[in-house]
Order: sequence, then C-alpha cells, then structure tokens
Amino acid sequence: MRRRTVALIAMLIALHLALLFAGFIAPYDSTAQNRQIPYAPPTRLHFHDDAGWHPRPFIYPMTVGPDGYVEDKNRSFSLYFLVRGSSYKLLGLFQTNWHLFGVDDPGRIALLGTDGFGRDEFSRVLLGGQISVAAGIAATLIALLVGTVTGVLAGFYGRWVDESLMAGTELFLSLPWLYFLLGVRAFLPLHLSPVATFFLLTGVIGLIGWARPARLVRGIVLSVRTRNSVLAARGFGGSDFYLMCRHILPEVFGVLLTQAALLIPRYIAAEVTLSFFGLGVNEPVSSWGNMLSVLQQYSVLVSYGWLLAPVAALFVTSVIYALLADTLHSRLEFLST
Amino acid sequence: MNYFGRRLVRALLLLAGVSVLCFLFTEMAPGSFFDEMRLNPQISPETIAALRSHYGLDQPLPVRYLRWVKSVARADLGYSIAYNTPVAPLLWERAKNTLLLTGVGMGVTWLVSVPLGVWIGTRRDRLLDKVVSLGSSLFISIPEVVIGLALLAIVVHWRILPVGGMHSADSDSLSNWLRLKDTFQRLLLPATVLVLVESCVIVRHVRASVIEALQLPSIEAARAFGISNARLLFRHVLPVAASPAISLFGFSLAGLISGSLLVEVICGWPGLGPLILEATLSRDFYLVIGGIMLSGLFMVAGNLIADVMLLATDPRIRVEAADAP
Repeated sequence: MRRRTVALIAMLIALHLALLFAGFIAPYDSTAQNRQIPYAPPTRLHFHDDAGWHPRPFIYPMTVGPDGYVEDKNRSFSLYFLVRGSSYKLLGLFQTNWHLFGVDDPGRIALLGTDGFGRDEFSRVLLGGQISVAAGIAATLIALLVGTVTGVLAGFYGRWVDESLMAGTELFLSLPWLYFLLGVRAFLPLHLSPVATFFLLTGVIGLIGWARPARLVRGIVLSVRTRNSVLAARGFGGSDFYLMCRHILPEVFGVLLTQAALLIPRYIAAEVTLSFFGLGVNEPVSSWGNMLSVLQQYSVLVSYGWLLAPVAALFVTSVIYALLADTLHSRLEFLST
Repeated sequence: MNYFGRRLVRALLLLAGVSVLCFLFTEMAPGSFFDEMRLNPQISPETIAALRSHYGLDQPLPVRYLRWVKSVARADLGYSIAYNTPVAPLLWERAKNTLLLTGVGMGVTWLVSVPLGVWIGTRRDRLLDKVVSLGSSLFISIPEVVIGLALLAIVVHWRILPVGGMHSADSDSLSNWLRLKDTFQRLLLPATVLVLVESCVIVRHVRASVIEALQLPSIEAARAFGISNARLLFRHVLPVAASPAISLFGFSLAGLISGSLLVEVICGWPGLGPLILEATLSRDFYLVIGGIMLSGLFMVAGNLIADVMLLATDPRIRVEAADAP
C-alpha cells in the first residue's frame, strides 16, 4: 500500500469516527436553544489575559454591544476536557452525559458560532453529519442492492428478462432525477417524524438510482457468464442460484465497491439538496441540508458567514470520497490487467 | 422501420412511461391540495368535496390519467389548482427564463471546454494540462450545492454582482440597454455555476478521447506520411475523437430544463425550478407532473438528437443500425 492510500483511508476512518461519536464530541445537543445568543459569531479560545499566559484555554462570554456581539472580559470560563453535560445516547445504545470538552455554566462555547435560535453550529454540523452521511450510505446500499439483483438477473438469464429489465433502466436513466425526486417527495406526506422522513428519503433516492449500477453489473455478468469456469460449474450440475452466488457475484464485487465510493457523496448531496429545499429531514433535528436552508435569505448569508460550515463539511466529505473512488478505480484496473 | 423511426418510437414510449410513473406516485400520495382548507372552519366539507369533484380529483386513477392525456393533446398539460389556469402557459412563462440561463450556460460551456480539452489533450503532461486536469477532477467531485452556495457567498459578501431575480426592482424605469445589462449581471452568477459544474466533465472526456485518438496506428501512419500537425488534428484526430463529445452534447441538451433547478433556487433565478419547488410544497400535482414531463421531454429529445448525430458522424453505428433487425 502506498502512503497516499494509507493517508486517505485514515482520513476516511477519522471522518466516520467523528460522525459516529458525534454526540460525544459535540458539546451540546443539536436542538438545545439559547435565545440569548442568536447568530453569535464563533467563540474564540484565549490563552492570554492580563495575568499572563495560561496553559488551559478559556473563553469570554458573549454580550451584545452597540455593534453586535463583543466579548465580556469581566468573566471568563476555562475549557475542560471530558466533562459532564447534556445526556445523549452514544452510538444509539448507551445513555451517557460525558462530552469531549465543555465550559462551566453559564458559559457557552460555540466553536463555529450559533444559528438564529442560538443553537451551537459545531454540534449541529457533527450531529447533522450523522444524518446526512447515514442517508447517503443507506441510499447507496439500496441502489446497489436493487441494481445488483436486477443486473445479475438480466445478465444471467438474458432474452426477455434482460430486455424488460434494461427497458426499465432506460426509463429510470431518462428521468430528470432531481425533478423526479421533487415530484416523488411531493406525492409523499410533507410532515413526518424525522425517522420516517429519513427512511422515506433514503428509499426514494436509492430506488431512483438503481439503474446505472444495474447496467454496469449486467455488463460484467454478460462477460463472466461465458467463462469456461462458469460453463464447467454448470456442467457439473451447479444450479442457477449457486452459479450466481459462487461465480458471478465475486466478479461484480470490485465494481460495486467503486460505485459505492462514487454514489455515497452524490447521495449525501442529494439529501442535502432535498433538505435545503425543505423537503427532507425537518427541524429541529439537524442535517447539513436543513441547516443550509436559512441561507436562502441573502441577508443571513452576508452577515453570518459561519453558517456556511455545513458547506465546508460537505466539501471535505465529497473530496475524500472522490479520492477514494479514484484510488479504488485505478487499483481495480491494475488488478484486472 | 429505419433506425430513426425506432428511436423515436422508443422515446415516445419512454415519455409515456414517465407519465405513468408520475400518476402511480400521485395515487400513493396521502395528501391533496385541499387538505389545508379542511383545517379552516369557514369552509364546509361539502365545499371541499365540490371543489375536488370540480377538479376531477375524486375520479379513479385511470380516469384521471385519461383526462390528463386528453389535456396533453390539447396542449394544456393538465390544470394547476393553485394558479387556476392550464399548466402549459405557466410552465412556458418560466421555461423561457430557464432556457435563457441554461442556453447561455451551455453555449459558454461548450465554447470553452472543447477547445480547452483538445488543447490540453494534444499537449499532454505540460503545465496547463496538469493544472486543468487537477482542477477539473477537484471540481467534478464537489457537489453543485457547495459550488453554488460558496460562489453566492463570495459574490454577496463583496457585492460583486447583483443577485436574485432577473430584474432589479426599478427595472421598469430603466432604459432598454440598462435593463439588458441588469439582467445580464444577474445571469452571470447562476450561469457561472452551471459552466463550472458542466465543463469539468466535458473537458476531461474531450481530453481523454483526443489522447486516445492520437495513439491510433492510423494517426501514427498519417504523421509518418508527413501530414502537418494542424491538418492531422483537424482532419484525422478530431473526427475520431468526436463521438464521446457528441454523446455528451446530447446530455447537455437533455439537461437544458432539468440541469439548473438547484442553481435557480440558490440564486433566485425565476425559472422553472422555483415554480416546481413551490408547486411541490403546495402539492399542486398537475404542475409538478407538467414540470417533470417538460424536463423529461428535453431529456428524451436530447438523447434522440445525440443518437441521430452519432448516426451521421460515426460509420460504426451506421453499420450496427443497418444490421439490427
């Protein structure tokens, strides 16, 4: 393994660990409001005051001055690691209230500022990332699952099975997918619980996206089907199901992996887009998309630039996945030649 | 039936399939446009029922579908409940703006990316090639929503351009020239986003196919015969390298309506996108279906045009088409 690949995989793992343990890393709950500090700018960490240097960073609380927020230098709150705060479920299983860092009450630390309800943007980006990235991965799994099944069936049986399934892929490929996604979403209930919305959203995105993986898989199956090893296995009396599982699917695996790396960021972006339009995960639960929807008002965008944080997060995620897809693609080509 | 006829029939079948899918989904929808009225105590249930039957919403699915097909034949494309008019004029009003935006975007995209792709393809591994290749592979991986919002933030923060809508508020009092300039300025941001998003794909494909064509034995031979570089490029390389670009051109045409939805919403461009989004939120089904069908029409037509162009330029496809039953 080259050093670049190792670094890439390390970044990928770090990203997902950060999202997996978002509840621990985030100092606050994503829905915890603080109406006293709406649109507060990012809190600055200080190491130095009149008394000199301190090894432990501290913050000053925000107060409203004549020109917006200023730091109130009369009081300060030290930053502590491993503190007890609001309770949450770690990994969705263990009830706990430990957080990676925090400040004593009544201090509030907002590393990326706060939104219009005074909710901590940093916590919301992390916890919203859980939803957005999970939606992308789940939708990809659905698309790949449906695509693989149809692709293998079409390639393996050929004839009318192939023709009807491929006509289906042509239909889905010629759909204007974003319009269609809007349409489908329009036909489904608008106000649902966040969990139901999440499953609806991933289901819809995944089911619209099955066509392209299906075509790729079918192409591979067509070439694998006539290999001597497969013919021999059939000659020995292997059933269709056995042939598909034992001889065809392993060949498809590499392409599926590359497709997954390509599709996950695209479907994360799809979730972000739909939630941006107000058709995805609803408030108060955060997702990168619904956090961005306030930016449709230009005045918010101009004055409170830190609310673009989800854009940066989405950017980083997409680039990491794109690099992964690139690496996978070139390694597979290397293996197949 | 000849090749073109077969593709045309297939395209029409695809459109019919899209419309059937749309109607199947409306059947699954639990809500309707009149749901909000039910919460209003001043509107009696009888009134709502009367409205539903007035708009034909109480009919079973096949009847609604047939009625819709009839209205398509009248070029109405159904009836918008929210706007209380046929859908087609509403769509057309907005589609003009969308086509202005995407047309400009597509024109600039192709005028820039084809020469650029050919240029860096013939000068492989030089500095410009490396810069453009790296830049395009970076931009290709960035979601459109990120590019759009980031550019919008830059433009709005430094007040580089006016954004939002097509005209400024006082546009009626302006002279024609100033009005044109104003619209052009407002067009610039969404068009730039479209160009950035699309040109990366095209530049990469054009570059790859030019590089591939340059390695053909026939090109080697032509070079050995002493044919000049310019003639080699225009007479021998480009015709061979054109096929992928033509397919992509078809995709570009196909996206003329549907490609700009997100950009329109982000930049506030009054095209089809915001209209359909609004219709989605208010569950104005026929308007949404009209939007899907219009963009589907462009999708299908774009692919059809690409097929025909490939047929005209690529001899291999002509042979295949003649062989096919």
